[in-house]
Amino acid sequence: MADEITQDVFRHLVGLAALELNLEQEEYLRHELNNQLKAIHELAVIPIDESTPITLHGITYTPDVLSPDRQDEWVPYQNPEEIIAQAPESEEGYILVPDIPHEELE
Amino acid sequence: MELWNLSAYQVADMVRTKQTSAMDVLEAVLSRISMVDGSPGKLESGTHTSENEQKVHSFITLTVERARRQAKAIDDKIASGEHVGLLAGVPFTVKDIFVVKGTPSTAGSRILANFIAPYTATPVERLEAAGGIMLGKVNLDEFTYGSSNESSAFQPSPRNPWNLNRVPGGSSGGSATSVAAGEGMVSIGTDTAGSIRQPAAFCGVVGVKPTYGRVSRYGLIAFGSSLDCPGPLSRNVKDAALTLKIIAGADQRDTTAVAVPVPDYVAALEKDIRGLRIGLSPDYFTIAFFDHQSGTLQEQSIDPVIRDAVYHAADVLSDMGAEIIEDVPMPHTRYGIPAYFVISRVEAASNLHRFDGVKYGFRTQDRVSDLSEMYRKTRAQGFGLQPKLRILMGMYVSAAQYSEQYYLRALRVRTLIRKDFDVIFDPLGSYRLDALLTPTTPTTAFPLGAVYGDSVLMQYADQLTVPANHAGVPGISLPAGFDKEGLPVGIQLLGKDFSEDKLLQIGFKYEQGTAFESWRKKTPNI
Repeated sequence: MADEITQDVFRHLVGLAALELNLEQEEYLRHELNNQLKAIHELAVIPIDESTPITLHGITYTPDVLSPDRQDEWVPYQNPEEIIAQAPESEEGYILVPDIPHEELE
Repeated sequence: MELWNLSAYQVADMVRTKQTSAMDVLEAVLSRISMVDGSPGKLESGTHTSENEQKVHSFITLTVERARRQAKAIDDKIASGEHVGLLAGVPFTVKDIFVVKGTPSTAGSRILANFIAPYTATPVERLEAAGGIMLGKVNLDEFTYGSSNESSAFQPSPRNPWNLNRVPGGSSGGSATSVAAGEGMVSIGTDTAGSIRQPAAFCGVVGVKPTYGRVSRYGLIAFGSSLDCPGPLSRNVKDAALTLKIIAGADQRDTTAVAVPVPDYVAALEKDIRGLRIGLSPDYFTIAFFDHQSGTLQEQSIDPVIRDAVYHAADVLSDMGAEIIEDVPMPHTRYGIPAYFVISRVEAASNLHRFDGVKYGFRTQDRVSDLSEMYRKTRAQGFGLQPKLRILMGMYVSAAQYSEQYYLRALRVRTLIRKDFDVIFDPLGSYRLDALLTPTTPTTAFPLGAVYGDSVLMQYADQLTVPANHAGVPGISLPAGFDKEGLPVGIQLLGKDFSEDKLLQIGFKYEQGTAFESWRKKTPNI
């Protein structure tokens, strides 16, 4: 059976995922993805009525189990410097990043 | 019995009644850790002495001074007659997927290796507020992606205390090994497909996956947000009940944490199990897996030792008055893994987009021309292979042209899996079960390196645990003996939503019913 995720599809995905891979990683990951898809195809044989709803969480969030929303209030953080200090590069309270590429939209 | 080997409820009682101090307990456990753990997991682990190879390696970060300050605070409170909580003086470990203020919170990944958390996860905050002493952060599969702990960027990864050449399971491997090896009375882990129950089974400890929403996920570095459940691991059922009682309950910082009252799980243990209906399903005694050599779906029976342990447990519970119902159908069990391959990957890919080298964590040191290149190089160098695999699959199966075929279909299969549970637990239905009794895993702990790298086979280690994550229902894994190689065997109880009290109650009775069996006397030879 031909691989569902071809080299071209794979490289497109890698770009979308904002990754870079060497050849060895490419080979391993594409092989594993195609094997996983073969396992996923098992789902295709299950007879499913189109009216079957989807389930996003196992449990159902009925009003009696839902916690009330908290008030939408602004709560200042005590030590913003602590948060900024986690950034790989910062200056005067701002997080620094390399040049942001721009492209003209037609 | 030495202090490190006591149970959490014994320690809390002894500390409160001044039979020992929190500091003495802590020092006993720290001494035990220094004896059995070896070097902590590191990014550049280097070479190891043969002595270090024979250690458990549960930890990434041990926070000794922080723990000593906590122990002193508990002892001071007791000396001055102040109230201390249910977990007073009990040392516990935390899977390094929970953030804890002021500590490295790595998720087992290079991309977060330098991240110091600015806040504390709710379950940890609650354990500390109850008087627990946090010992540090224990190892896991990178971002919890695995069932063996071998994918951690921090090596050596944890070893199974019962056989150091075997994996501890995962992803909460360090949690299970730390508890099994006496490096803490309890631990908290997370379970997305079986990540508490499977390592608990492999390491011979108790592991509880609560109902989805029973325990807050605030401060948990997310994997599959609709599947992740924090929960306890411990050496006995009562400690698990005590820990769950503390960490469960609504949390204003996590809207998915439900407002359902938390029962007294410890008090529930004393209830009788006479008349409770416990089911056995043939669908949990056969596993199906995709063999990519032959390109076909293979079926095989689970390890006979594990099957026999389940039937023995049924006999023990039957002798105590429970009613055993056989041939309970759970027809969609076998589709749990294929559906999980889709759903968990979509959620993982979404959750991993935040790691970009901008706000926190690792950033590439390579020269880059612009922001896009910085993202690519940071993520390429910061993530290991398993996160990359999940991102790529998540993006593929959720792409607009494939989402109906894959993602939406998997979510409908999830509905069918949930229905299996709804049918058997329906109080007006044919089965009216209080619990389903199953094996936790198809096999006992496999050798290091035997499965790692084969992402399909590794995932199928969770085949008997993942349906509960899809359905949201609670589950508990209990130690149930050993195979002929001396490796622990685990059995599982599954129940309806918010029935943790009943599962713990049945588990406690099973523990009592087998208390005098010879295997209960075994301890890891480390």
